[in-house]
Amino acid sequence: MDPKTMMAVSETDGGSFWFPTAGTQIAKEVDGLFYFILALSTFFFLLIVGLMLVFVVIYRRRPGYARKFAPDHNSTLEVVWSVIPAILLILIFFQGFTGFLDMRTPPAETYEIKVVAKKWSWAFQYPNGYIEGELHVPVDRAVKLTMTSDDVIHSLYIPSFRIKMDLVPGRYSSMWFQANQVGDFPLLCAEYCGTKHSDMLSRVIVHPSGEFEKWLEQASNLMSTLPPPEAGKLLYNRRGCAQCHSMDATARTGPSFSGTFGTSQPLADGTTVLIDENYIRESILEPMAKVRAGYRPVMPSYKGQLKDLEIDAIIEFIKSLK
Amino acid sequence: MSVLQMETESAAVNERPSAENYLNCSHGFWSWAATRDHKRIAIMYLISVLGAFLLGGIFAILIRMELWTPQRTIMDHDTYNHTFTLHGAVMTFLFIIPSIPAAWGNFVLPVMLGAKDVAFPKMNLASYYLWVGGALFLLAAIVLGGLDTGWTFYTPYSTTTNSSVITASIGVFILGFSSIFTGLNFIVTMHTMRPVWMTWFRMPLFLWSLYATSIIQVLATPVLGITLTLLVAERALGIGIFDPKLGGDPVLFQHFFWFYSHPAVYIMILPAMGIISEIISVFSRKPIFGYRFVAYSSIAIALLGFLVWGHHMFTSGQSRISAIVFSALTFSVSIPSGIKVFNWLATMYRGSIILTTPMCYALSFIFLFTIGGLTGLFLGALATDIHLHDTYFVVAHFHYVMMGGTLVSFIAGLFYWWPKMTGRMYSEFWGRLGCFGVFAAFNLTFFPQFILGARGMPRRYYNYPPEFQLYHQISTVGAFLLGASLFVAAFTLIHSLFRGRKAPANPWGAASLEWQTSSPPPLHNFESDPCAGDPYDLDSQIYDPDLSGYRFRVESERLHSTNDSAI
Ligand code: HEC
Ligand SMILES: [Cu+2]
Ligand SMILES: [Cu+2]
Repeated sequence: MDPKTMMAVSETDGGSFWFPTAGTQIAKEVDGLFYFILALSTFFFLLIVGLMLVFVVIYRRRPGYARKFAPDHNSTLEVVWSVIPAILLILIFFQGFTGFLDMRTPPAETYEIKVVAKKWSWAFQYPNGYIEGELHVPVDRAVKLTMTSDDVIHSLYIPSFRIKMDLVPGRYSSMWFQANQVGDFPLLCAEYCGTKHSDMLSRVIVHPSGEFEKWLEQASNLMSTLPPPEAGKLLYNRRGCAQCHSMDATARTGPSFSGTFGTSQPLADGTTVLIDENYIRESILEPMAKVRAGYRPVMPSYKGQLKDLEIDAIIEFIKSLK
Repeated sequence: MSVLQMETESAAVNERPSAENYLNCSHGFWSWAATRDHKRIAIMYLISVLGAFLLGGIFAILIRMELWTPQRTIMDHDTYNHTFTLHGAVMTFLFIIPSIPAAWGNFVLPVMLGAKDVAFPKMNLASYYLWVGGALFLLAAIVLGGLDTGWTFYTPYSTTTNSSVITASIGVFILGFSSIFTGLNFIVTMHTMRPVWMTWFRMPLFLWSLYATSIIQVLATPVLGITLTLLVAERALGIGIFDPKLGGDPVLFQHFFWFYSHPAVYIMILPAMGIISEIISVFSRKPIFGYRFVAYSSIAIALLGFLVWGHHMFTSGQSRISAIVFSALTFSVSIPSGIKVFNWLATMYRGSIILTTPMCYALSFIFLFTIGGLTGLFLGALATDIHLHDTYFVVAHFHYVMMGGTLVSFIAGLFYWWPKMTGRMYSEFWGRLGCFGVFAAFNLTFFPQFILGARGMPRRYYNYPPEFQLYHQISTVGAFLLGASLFVAAFTLIHSLFRGRKAPANPWGAASLEWQTSSPPPLHNFESDPCAGDPYDLDSQIYDPDLSGYRFRVESERLHSTNDSAI
């Protein structure tokens, strides 16, 4: 392959050959340690493979070659080649350890955002209660995420910040970072969580100083300014419904929303249900109460995560789909 | 004349071995299916685990094909998830864990000890049938709804998904017993059946490594059994051990699982290192450098290996203190593994090196295992692991260790003991060609994955950002070449069965006991008691053109030189 193409690939996102862009100070520390280990490893690799090849060449069996005496052990040598790597390993361990403490110790003052992961979407809740599927943060300010999961284990991974932490159902985990670059960075799920694990993607949007607050205020008021069906559509896209429910007639993990309102549909227990406002509301808050025939009971509950106003908007949105 | 030149006399004498041996002493289905001969059991194991390897390889190729494009290529999301799960489960539980102990341990261990069989031949056969039973359950799981949990069975995903987790767990549970039986049998055999003159420190290093492996098999595998029993109980009865909805703790499962599965990594790699120690020594015609260290380090690795499981869980939310302790312990266990590499190099120093096929594989092992080991440093260090965990960097790392290490060593053993097992020599040319192909294609497949991982490509992803496509395509091309090279290796061996030259008792000039008996050995391994001797006293062997193999040097020949007169 052409090394030039490869470099070109790696530079599209402003990263280097090994890494995507470093968006935090800690990311730079991590890269430093990576390159240090890389240098040591390259040295030892060349030493080992180099010696191996040299030995194969000069000690190869051939006519007229006589093997000379060589000891079958040598304590000094053995101690030396145990102790030197051991010292280097302690060095690596120590740097890894201090970097880790930096990563895991947030400063006293942080901006807190709550995170709830569920199959296969993210919900970021800002201090004023507003929830969105993308993570917006101010630049140069320490942000702490308090995270949990609604269903299985997920892992929040921001490659550009070099951080990752599992979200475990039934407990809170946390992580923090301080972005020092304005921009958009991918945010991914790194722990396998089922069918659409690889589509559980979002973004971190780092706002320039002063603009984050403006954004938050505008976004929080959007719901009340938009007509309900449109607000519902926004929620449908942003809050992960689109992963499982389509707007055309195709069935995904869940039934399509198109043209079902007002119809009667069979349930898994053999009865039928009329799809009306109450049923939709119940499906969102208590999805296991009535499960549609032919579908698995995998829909997560949105209790406490969608406000009444928002649920109404979603109902209007589903109604509007013919 | 050397082994090198022998191959050029390609006179393929196509006659069946005349003397009675373990292969032709009895016939018929039951003479195999009900055999208690460790050599026949080894062959049945060998064929079975290679079958599993083929199956796992097919899954691997399907995965690589799907990843050719960033979106859908040949299958949908769910099929992909099933495929990588089955690839992992089949390769680990059916192939790599049993591979070297079950095939090579069974074949070689009693012969290396000068014994007739293992201590409990019936238990040995039972272990094989347990393997078959476990494999049937795993296959049943594939047919009955598949498996999509990843080979790691993490809860609560595994307790809530609707694939055949229970069937697969039962399969793995049974396979665990097969592994325990083998380990127990080997430990007892080594304690009770060594000839009097063979002290522990006169044992070949392969036996030391099997001993260390057996300890892990016996001590760690029950934990896997318990874990899977709890998992099944949780799924079937909802008892609430791991599922937080029922009051359980999902991270507990990870502790249990890795408490077995990290030591299992050493079940896979220790015997591989043992084989490499044998081969490097024989084909450098020098005793292994620092025998005692290599022997002790196997045991040290086996024991330390029990203390590092938490390094799989640095991002799981375990406390900072435990992360730090596990990181420190991880580095400590890497030292003995690293030093073994230096010992092998020192063994080659001033040796008389000949690049036979097994030696080529052994050198490939050193190359690949070194990369696998060094990249482990990035993952053992906490700060870098947080970024690299659950990315393709980890995928590449463990493939370098498991495949570049264990698989390559398994094949090295295959080519090394093949003449002993079948009584046939293969073509060195095709053997080496296959080795070169495996080596080159392996690097092509897995090296790009280090870059992918460091750049932030998570593992177990069906769709991926288009910027990664080039690396994925290189990897896929490598995978196809790797498959093709493995077929070259396979055909080299199969061809030898029909057209290969008859193997002498000792084609390589090795001094361990298995080379003192005919190839293939008689049913009870030795016609007469083998001579006592140091397994690494390679100067005791001299090439005899009449045998086109090696025999014991007589005293007068020994005086001439320490040089290898086979040149
Ligand atoms: C993980 C996939 C998944 C996600 C995400 C998801 N659902 Fe569902 N949903 C399902 C499944 C599967 C069903 C059918 C089974 C059932 O009734 O519980 C369902 C059923 C429903 C129903 C009943 C529809 C009918 O025709 O019977 C409604 C309404 C609904 N979901 C709304 C939502 C809304 C609103 C969201 C986003 C806030 C959402 N779902 C997110 C999987 C999902
Ligand atoms: Cu995921
Ligand atoms: Cu491990």
